[in-house]
Amino acid sequence: MTTTVLAAEEFEPPSAPDFWQPLVGGGAFAITRTMVVMVLSVIVLALVMMAVTRRLAVVPGRGQYRLEGVYGLVRNSIGRDIIGQDHFRPYIPLLFTLFTLILLNNLLAIVPLIQFPTMSRVGFPLALALGVYVVYLVAGVKRRGLGGFFRSLVPGGLPWWVVPIVFVLELVTFLITRPVTLTLRLFGNMFAGHILLLLFALGGEFLLLHGEGLLKVVSIPAFLMFFLFSAFEILIAFLQAYVFILLAAVYLAEVYADAH
Amino acid sequence: MTGDIAILGYGLSAIGPGVGIGLIFAAYVAGVARQPETRGVLQTIAILGFVLCEQLAIFGIALAFVFSGQ
Repeated sequence: MTTTVLAAEEFEPPSAPDFWQPLVGGGAFAITRTMVVMVLSVIVLALVMMAVTRRLAVVPGRGQYRLEGVYGLVRNSIGRDIIGQDHFRPYIPLLFTLFTLILLNNLLAIVPLIQFPTMSRVGFPLALALGVYVVYLVAGVKRRGLGGFFRSLVPGGLPWWVVPIVFVLELVTFLITRPVTLTLRLFGNMFAGHILLLLFALGGEFLLLHGEGLLKVVSIPAFLMFFLFSAFEILIAFLQAYVFILLAAVYLAEVYADAH
Repeated sequence: MTGDIAILGYGLSAIGPGVGIGLIFAAYVAGVARQPETRGVLQTIAILGFVLCEQLAIFGIALAFVFSGQ
């Protein structure tokens, strides 16, 4: 990006370095805005859930009803329907935690004063994806044993010369593609969404303050797009959280699909 | 002609996922139109397919930033 001496006159579009926001300290051990937002989200989740489940009643009150709705979505339509009736129980805490954490962190990207998606720093989706990675590998090995796990990568009834190719492809899928795509999907969506919001906001501000003549009017559509895209980001937030645990559930379901 | 070829690459790479997602949801709408009671099952499959297709578009925009002339 070219920078001129008269820096105020040249519009600098937002880019990756704008996401590095240390608050305290600097370098590798800085406390960044991302860390603060993540800790805040965990505290909020813990407080809300503890408060809502304090006095559980058979006829639920409002808070309990809503939490049961979310829990029911994760447990039934993702856990039970995808992993299967008999095996889904141990994984519900993992799926529920991932769903609520990712959802809250994604939604905090458009809450005023905290407008920063924690999942747009690749370390956070990476940590979550690694958690899922370990769980589905260990579950697979535990269910079938190490040899059986490798044998299950290749479906039966294939000609002998295809088996090595399929084995390598499946191994790469299991060990590399799945965690990478889990991470990059969440990271890319949040990163791209935030870049677009920054672009609309900074562009609108630049047009308003430094635009010549009629260009100032163009800042109105820019701010309007900022508003509309923020609304769209709500949908993306839900979708990305839902898809993350949907894929985690699909990978776990494959452990128990003894079809091949 | 000056500019960043990474943006050109991203634009080209967005054609594939665009077509793919259109096909997926065309099939979903047609399936629900034929049999409205299968809406829930088809929705799961449609979301799964959409996500796998969108993944390529996400790779595109992320790598466009990575390769943008830095």
